[in-house]
Amino acid sequence: MVATTLQLLETAPPASPSPGPGGGRPHITIRGLCKQFQGVTIYDKFDLDVPRGKFVSVFGPNGCGKSTLINMIAGLIPSDAGEILFDGKTLAQTKIGYVFQNYREALFPWLSAFANIEYPLKLMGVGKAERREKVQALVDHMGVKIDLVRYPYEMSGGQQQLVSIMRALVVDPEVLFLDEPFSALDYEMNLFMREQLQRIFVETGTTMVLVSHDLEEAVYLADHVLLLSRRPARIADYPLIPLARPRNDQTMSDPDFVALKGHCLEIFQREVRR
Amino acid sequence: MNRDKLLPFVGVVGLILVWYVGYWTRIVDPVLLPPPHTAAAALWKGMLGGNLYHDFIRTVARTLIAIAMAAAIAIPLGILLGASEKLYRSVEFVIEFFRSTPASAMFPLFLVIFGVGDKTKIYVAAFGAALVILFNVAYGVMNARKTRILAAKVMGASRWVIMRDVILWESMPQTFVGLRNGVSLALVIVVVAEMFIGSVDGLGHRVFEAQQLFEMPDMYAAIFAAGALGYGLNVALLRLEKSFVHWSGK
Repeated sequence: MVATTLQLLETAPPASPSPGPGGGRPHITIRGLCKQFQGVTIYDKFDLDVPRGKFVSVFGPNGCGKSTLINMIAGLIPSDAGEILFDGKTLAQTKIGYVFQNYREALFPWLSAFANIEYPLKLMGVGKAERREKVQALVDHMGVKIDLVRYPYEMSGGQQQLVSIMRALVVDPEVLFLDEPFSALDYEMNLFMREQLQRIFVETGTTMVLVSHDLEEAVYLADHVLLLSRRPARIADYPLIPLARPRNDQTMSDPDFVALKGHCLEIFQREVRR
Repeated sequence: MNRDKLLPFVGVVGLILVWYVGYWTRIVDPVLLPPPHTAAAALWKGMLGGNLYHDFIRTVARTLIAIAMAAAIAIPLGILLGASEKLYRSVEFVIEFFRSTPASAMFPLFLVIFGVGDKTKIYVAAFGAALVILFNVAYGVMNARKTRILAAKVMGASRWVIMRDVILWESMPQTFVGLRNGVSLALVIVVVAEMFIGSVDGLGHRVFEAQQLFEMPDMYAAIFAAGALGYGLNVALLRLEKSFVHWSGK
């Protein structure tokens, strides 16, 4: 046990890991991000690059600020200092989508599923006929078999979250943020939703940032896993997941997948014990 | 299954039986407790062209006007107060104080200000109901789900649009709670006000007069009419709520 700990300490990363995985023009660049919450420093001069058209999973110890990070990027909570740019543009100039963990509280129960999905288009001033067309196109594209006339509370949890995801996708966002989107679903539904999300990702090529507390899910979906340290959060590691897509059930028993997951778990354990 | 539908009638039949037993055994003076069929006959006669029907309609009208006035004032004001937590906190004590004050205690004051007329009864009932509605609407607005507001915000909704498209809807179930409590309270106040000197009609007046004249069947009839009115108003509002706020509690 002592030996293992020593070994782990020896393999500790260099003092300042690079903010990005390298290669390709970054889509989101974060520089000098600072955030304090009730006197506790969560982020201090944090730098990060999110590559274009890639899927990044954010994973880290409890309370390290995973959700806080994507909430600051998506503009849901203000940062204290620092700069977040999308292709050099500000958030206001960028179309984003956001999927909440709690679909029950994120959807509008007074609107039908269809009206929920078209709502962001309505906000953008898109006409009624065009809205119908766009939603129908998205539904056909995703091959969703849900009766969209129904209200969200008449649907299963998975269906509701699917409606949430469609609501986020209908505006063709440049970036899609997902905050633990499947953690309230059972394992069977979780696996199904992973497949759906992967398909959407492969087909649209939208840059996606997923916060997850399930390492298997995080690695399975990601091109890069962003491993955060305990607060104040630093990048503990940002490994590439070079597994071919589409990934499937066999992927999870693939030796490369197991090894990558093992590596991430090791980094995670090291950060938890630190 | 079919038998279960009959369950609500068990209590009614039981009550009538107990009443008959009380009447037959003379436990209560029959003058004070006429048999159910005599009271029912008085109710039937009174409601079909008798004075009771007139009084019933007067009370319904007063209660509905009072609740309409209360809603017209309290709902917009409640939204305004709920939208600004600072504003609400600054008037919270005043609202809570008068909400806790029995509105019937305010009646003599309203009598002095507005005189003995219909207006006074309606105003005092509207006053009581308005505070209940105001309090509920403001809380509904303040307790709108954070996630829903954030969801609208991240889709690019402005503050005003969030208010119109999210918070107003979010507050609706609580608004209906306020309306239902408000109607019950308005009815209580109206009936009490109708018992005061200077009243010439209304269910309160009918109960009071029947008691003064010792016409017990008429008095029971008026009491049951008032009960049916209160129950009916509550059921009507529940129906309205169910069709209007279909997502409530789901």
